Amino acid sequence: MNKPILNVKNLTMKFGGLKALDDVTIAIEKGQIAALIGPNGAGKTTFFNCITGIYEPTRGSVEITPPGKNTQNLRGLKPNYVTERGIARTFQNIRLFHGMTVLENVMIGRHCRLSSGIIKAMLQPPSQKNEEQKAVADSYAILEKIGLEQYVNDMAVNLPYGAQRRLEIARALATDPFLLLLDEPAAGMNPQETKELDDLILWLRDNENLSILLIEHDMKLVMSLSDWIHVVDYGKKIAEGSPEDIKSNADVIKAYLGEESDNA
Amino acid sequence: MVFKNQIKQSLIIAFWFMVLTFPIMVIKVNTIKHTIDFRWINLLGVGIVTFFASMVWNYFLRRNEEQKKKDIADDIPLIHRLLQNDRFRRPFLGLIAAFFIAYPFVFPMYHTSIMISALVYVMLGLGLNIVVGLAGLLDLGYVAFYAVGAYAYALLNLHFGLSFWMVLPMSALLGTLFGVLLGYPVLRLRGDYLAIVTLGFGEIIRIVLENWDTFSNGPRGIGDIPPPTFFGHHFGQHDTMIYIYFIVIALVLMTIFFVNRLENSKIGRAWIALRDDEVACQAMGIDKFKTKLTAFALGATWAAMGGVVFAAKTSYINPMSFTIWESITILCVVVIGGMGSAIGVIAGALVLILLPEYLRAVAEYRMLVFGALQVIVMVFKPDGLIKSVRKVYTFNVQEKEIHEQTHT
Repeated sequence: MNKPILNVKNLTMKFGGLKALDDVTIAIEKGQIAALIGPNGAGKTTFFNCITGIYEPTRGSVEITPPGKNTQNLRGLKPNYVTERGIARTFQNIRLFHGMTVLENVMIGRHCRLSSGIIKAMLQPPSQKNEEQKAVADSYAILEKIGLEQYVNDMAVNLPYGAQRRLEIARALATDPFLLLLDEPAAGMNPQETKELDDLILWLRDNENLSILLIEHDMKLVMSLSDWIHVVDYGKKIAEGSPEDIKSNADVIKAYLGEESDNA
Repeated sequence: MVFKNQIKQSLIIAFWFMVLTFPIMVIKVNTIKHTIDFRWINLLGVGIVTFFASMVWNYFLRRNEEQKKKDIADDIPLIHRLLQNDRFRRPFLGLIAAFFIAYPFVFPMYHTSIMISALVYVMLGLGLNIVVGLAGLLDLGYVAFYAVGAYAYALLNLHFGLSFWMVLPMSALLGTLFGVLLGYPVLRLRGDYLAIVTLGFGEIIRIVLENWDTFSNGPRGIGDIPPPTFFGHHFGQHDTMIYIYFIVIALVLMTIFFVNRLENSKIGRAWIALRDDEVACQAMGIDKFKTKLTAFALGATWAAMGGVVFAAKTSYINPMSFTIWESITILCVVVIGGMGSAIGVIAGALVLILLPEYLRAVAEYRMLVFGALQVIVMVFKPDGLIKSVRKVYTFNVQEKEIHEQTHT
């Protein structure tokens, strides 16, 4: 049997006395679209931040097995090394580089795959020029895939909201990931945009050889898209299973809707 | 109606100033005759001047806001439009080149000397521009690296007899090394904290130079620093000045050339991205610490080379040349000139260094004028005298080839 490409075991994150994550264990299989759901403040974004190295977890391990490579432990690595190892993410509150064009935003994503250093930047030998040209061409190719090529030379800040969210995905793709973490990609989108996003995520999985873990509140999107769903509440994992299982799971319903009081 | 309000406001301001300045401008105590003179005419003068100053200030403020509304995107500074236009670029650059080549032969030595100082500041400004303008790190101890360069030349020459041309590349390396050494501990901080710590480091270097007598000769400084030679040939005093002038011109051109290339490379993009959003930048696989450190170290490189030229030109250095005020002056050059804009920094250095030299009469008020200038620039031109116009990577879809085009 294949090892899961992301294997998070007993992850605990404490902020002072608050346990934002408590003993969370989650595994993602290759080619899977998994969803992480839970009420507000359940610790979903904290989970992303622990995996990507923005926080160092208090306890637990984060192991990855990139396709065709050995298992590595990511715990305690800085965010840029996590990205280099093949995990890319988007942010809940859009964090684009506003002073740059759409193309340049994607080129920043290519950064860790380019090799030219300071000396080469100053002397500009042919190898550096070729690499820069290739970076531009690659970035444009990614924009074409995501369907943002008409905005290529616009300032990122001037894009419509839905396009900004897609640009974040494009930028993440530019880092050549095997696992994509999407933090509420559909937040604030209208139904049409959500539908397009749905198609995009499926397309990415099928054509780009990606596995995807997404945090999302739009249940329709989650249920239609995910192969597997993990549910957290108050930092604890309360359930996992296929969309059908989750829909009928008593703990999940309780977490979302609250419990009826018996002794009323 | 608006105009009426303006007059009313200006009248109130004028009245307020008359009240404020009354004790200084009007009352004069004659201590010999034991009388008090009331110079009412001064009061009237203050009132009239303030009234008109306030009117003018308001007028520009309003015009500025109206212009902002009109168009933000296509507001490219004149000089950039000149440089972009193929018809004007060559004659324009030629004119500038001719001016700078002819300068030392047309003007007397005193003016050449001042121009050298200004050009050294252009180098310092361009170096600091990497740190402050591109990478967004507020460095208030930049003068420390300038001191490193100047003392490197003075000491290496004093003890080992090394020449200007040998020390110049060595100082560049030394500057980079010091940039890394000082940057390593402080770059974990950001914003105001970074500013305070760099300020401290700048002062530490100066205080060490001032007190470590056996090493740096203390506050007495080091004299008799030889000027650069031309393949072993020594020039007379006047020719040396012209020679140094052309060395600085060459160094400035080299600085512009390399800084421009750095800015338009992978590293330059990373600097700008880091300034925009640190978290996103790291999540995109950019090593935050390394990127900051390169900005800091490369900035220090140019400062150290500037220091060598400074030492060679003045032939005497002491720690008093490297006070916090120098750091602030260089920062003013960058901010007033235009953060992130090479042409802006050049303009800023020439204005800020040349003006005080020619206005020696009011040299005492230099810092006051700098302060006022900062306020005026920040109110009317928040992007600096000549705002930054970055080369933006654009993709030409029709030709399917990479095309670089300038854009705000």
